[in-house]
Amino acid sequence: MDATVTPTLSEAKGRGRSAASDLPFSALLATAARQPAPSWLTALRQAGAERFAATGIPGSKDEEWRFTPVTPMGRVDWALPQAGATVTAAEIAPHLFDPAWPTIVLVDGRYDATLSRVGTLPAGVRVMGLAEAIAAEVPEVAAHLGRTADPMQTPFTALSAATFTDGLFVHVPSAASLDVPVQLVHVTTDRAADALLAPRLLVVVGDNARAALVESYVSLGQARHATNTVAEVVVGRNSWVEHIRVQRENEAAWHIGFTQVDQQRDSHYRSFALAMGGHLARHNLHARLGDENIETLLYGLYLTRGEQLADTHSAIFHDHPNCNSWEVYKGVLADQSRAVFNGKVFVQPIAQKTDAKQTNRNLLLSDRAKVDTKPQLEIFADDVKCTHGATVGKLDEMQRYYLKTRGIGGKQAEQLLIWAFAAEVLAEITQDAVRDRLEQVVHARLDELTR
Amino acid sequence: MSSSVEQLVNREYKYGFVTDIEQETAPPGLSEETIRFISAKKQEPEWLLEWRLKAYRRWLEMEEPHWPNVKYTSPDYQAITYYAAPKTAKPLGSLDEVDPKLLETYEKLGIPLSEQKMLAGVAVDAIFDSVSVGTTFKETLAKAGVIFCSFGEAVREHPELVRQYLGTVVPANDNYFAALNSAVFSDGSFVFVPKGVKCPMELSTYFRINAANTGQFERTLIVAEEGASVSYLEGCTAPKRDENQLHAAVVELVALDDASIKYSTVQNWYAGDDEGRGGIYNFVTKRGKAMRRAKISWTQVETGSAITWKYPSVILQGDDSVGEFYSVAVANGRQQADTGTKMIHIGRNTRSTIVSKGISAGEGQNSYRGQVKILPKAHGARNYTQCDSMLIGNRCGAHTFPYIDVQNSSSDVEHEASTSKIGEDQIFYCKQRGLNTEHAISVIVNGFCKEVFRELPMEFAVEAQKLLGVSLEGSVG
Repeated sequence: MDATVTPTLSEAKGRGRSAASDLPFSALLATAARQPAPSWLTALRQAGAERFAATGIPGSKDEEWRFTPVTPMGRVDWALPQAGATVTAAEIAPHLFDPAWPTIVLVDGRYDATLSRVGTLPAGVRVMGLAEAIAAEVPEVAAHLGRTADPMQTPFTALSAATFTDGLFVHVPSAASLDVPVQLVHVTTDRAADALLAPRLLVVVGDNARAALVESYVSLGQARHATNTVAEVVVGRNSWVEHIRVQRENEAAWHIGFTQVDQQRDSHYRSFALAMGGHLARHNLHARLGDENIETLLYGLYLTRGEQLADTHSAIFHDHPNCNSWEVYKGVLADQSRAVFNGKVFVQPIAQKTDAKQTNRNLLLSDRAKVDTKPQLEIFADDVKCTHGATVGKLDEMQRYYLKTRGIGGKQAEQLLIWAFAAEVLAEITQDAVRDRLEQVVHARLDELTR
Repeated sequence: MSSSVEQLVNREYKYGFVTDIEQETAPPGLSEETIRFISAKKQEPEWLLEWRLKAYRRWLEMEEPHWPNVKYTSPDYQAITYYAAPKTAKPLGSLDEVDPKLLETYEKLGIPLSEQKMLAGVAVDAIFDSVSVGTTFKETLAKAGVIFCSFGEAVREHPELVRQYLGTVVPANDNYFAALNSAVFSDGSFVFVPKGVKCPMELSTYFRINAANTGQFERTLIVAEEGASVSYLEGCTAPKRDENQLHAAVVELVALDDASIKYSTVQNWYAGDDEGRGGIYNFVTKRGKAMRRAKISWTQVETGSAITWKYPSVILQGDDSVGEFYSVAVANGRQQADTGTKMIHIGRNTRSTIVSKGISAGEGQNSYRGQVKILPKAHGARNYTQCDSMLIGNRCGAHTFPYIDVQNSSSDVEHEASTSKIGEDQIFYCKQRGLNTEHAISVIVNGFCKEVFRELPMEFAVEAQKLLGVSLEGSVG
């Protein structure tokens, strides 16, 4: 059955491959390979580097990248980030949801000890920088890092394996419960101009446990940089995890993200992704439903303007019976911005009684904005309920008219309707503090768009 | 429930027989010489030979595409016979002159030509392998000014029309199989409906694949001038045989301002045996171009072929033009289908509707692949897509690959897809009301497909429902 699934995910076809000698990242890869590391990590880095050297940056003929032109990224001579940027607590404050939560701050890809603050955690729970966790030889790191998200899967996961320096490690052991979310803030400064940042997240949640995580990517400067991030999330049996991802990098940045979720029996995973930054931003979100009675809820909102491109590629693997997945992604596009959406759902022959629903809705505010959406169901079992829907359209004239008859016209009506469109997915965030803050952020952006 | 269904499914292909008629064939293999041979045989003008050769040279530079979600062994293009004509190739005045064996073949298919004339308003242009052998109702059509003839005849009688429109919708170098067809097409149908004329009857052609090792490369060209309208029906059955047969047809529709073309297909070519041996490779390029206020509608019922790979498309070139696609595709046994449509919205206020019903049974794999593209200038464009899949048994698969590409904000595009199964409870309910299992399945499946069937002309709708019943016999396990 794997044979049926792999071809569609394969990156093998039509890649825009450069010859090994003129590979733009060769200097960077060489530097990254010199980082001291335990032997298992050295092997991982090497495998990633070899894989990336073989694939290069994907070209437009690669089905996975058909509408997302990343080829220009290969023409930049990216370097590893320089250390030594100083960021003050005041600069970071607007990006924290609550200063009392366990907080890890990465500045230009490196753990910042002065800004990070973990506080008192429940017994057995660990929240720390990833480099520190590797150095401390935490067994969960070696057991899961690079194993949950296969580095060979895409050129960028391979690149991440080869070049990552630091990140976040969270371990919630069985039966433990984190009452407040862990927040990771990745900030880039102007010192990271033309740098390739490769933060990495590893979140391991045991059985009967509970955890929430907010991961944010923000830029303090306007310099161009590239972020290539990989998040691995393991959700144990009968556990509950909420994962919120906020991408607000500057509009010169290249952002490539890959999230791999591995769910075990009876678990519940819900995610919300807000994408409004970056020149080009791609997020792959893959969920593997590894046993029965699993619930997976994926929500997202992308807001683009100018010449931004926001791309979401999700893949849900229903490998076992009696699992439900629910996905709603919405987008509001202004100016000549572009959005790409591809939602894959694979239902294997054994996965009977699967209930999978996927929705992608796009609102175009400008005639020059462009959407490419491709929902994709691949179903091999017969006793399932699978639906997907995709819409692309403008604001409804009837709704506008209705508001007008109630005395709400012009910009105000427009803002109200767009807000109603976006708020539906924001409402799915269960962490009140996060939802309130993100509602403000989205509100502010929508006001800018319709001004 | 499974045993009764199995009996139904395991029924032999009803239309599997080979008619023994002497053939005049080209030696197997493809070269410029083969093309010159075909062209000379058909007494074609120089420009057409040049057009074929140009297509052939482009084909040589192209690579066989492998992106569809189907698996098969590539045909050996040098082992195919590109031309086979029944010996009765001289022009016929009446049905009496037709080889009785041919008539017998049609009778086995249930479409005796002698009775066709009596069927209400259906003119039949029967294609037997590569050369058209019998044409009826010509007088009625001629009176209305409608030209309906074999492609070869059109080249001889109306070269200016053929030359004006050939390759304008599907260029010779459009894709690998279209290029191959352009180089070696043997015959097909040509329809021309002049300005303001409503074609007085449904036009129909029965395609048959007969001679062993003969790839069939039809070329169909339908032109409806300003304000004209025509409905064209295409139905196919093929005899049983062991080797895979390549079928690479090209259909071009041209609907000028205010014209309307409705193209219906029932395809039931041999799908291969239980192990998936034999069976037709159906790699077809079908495309229409709709000018201002014109309408092109594709309706297809695809139950046959080992591999089906076709995307009847509409280029909505003119403002206010309309495109429609209604499809039922069945993949049973080892069949694989990768089919769907493309709606390219170029003009303002263009509208398209897509309704696709995919049924997978046995070990069949059914993929819907469609593209809806709204170009920046297509203001006010509208698309509605619904693609539903039904799975029968858990060894089959249903896949959807819709590409939606919208480039302006005044357009609305909606896409919905669902997957369902025939439930035990549904069958139980029908049985309770006195229907047997086979009938119950047929009722449920026909209900699932009714949005498509009601688009078919009456005669076809009946045939399609029967075909669907036969195709799914024994598939519930």
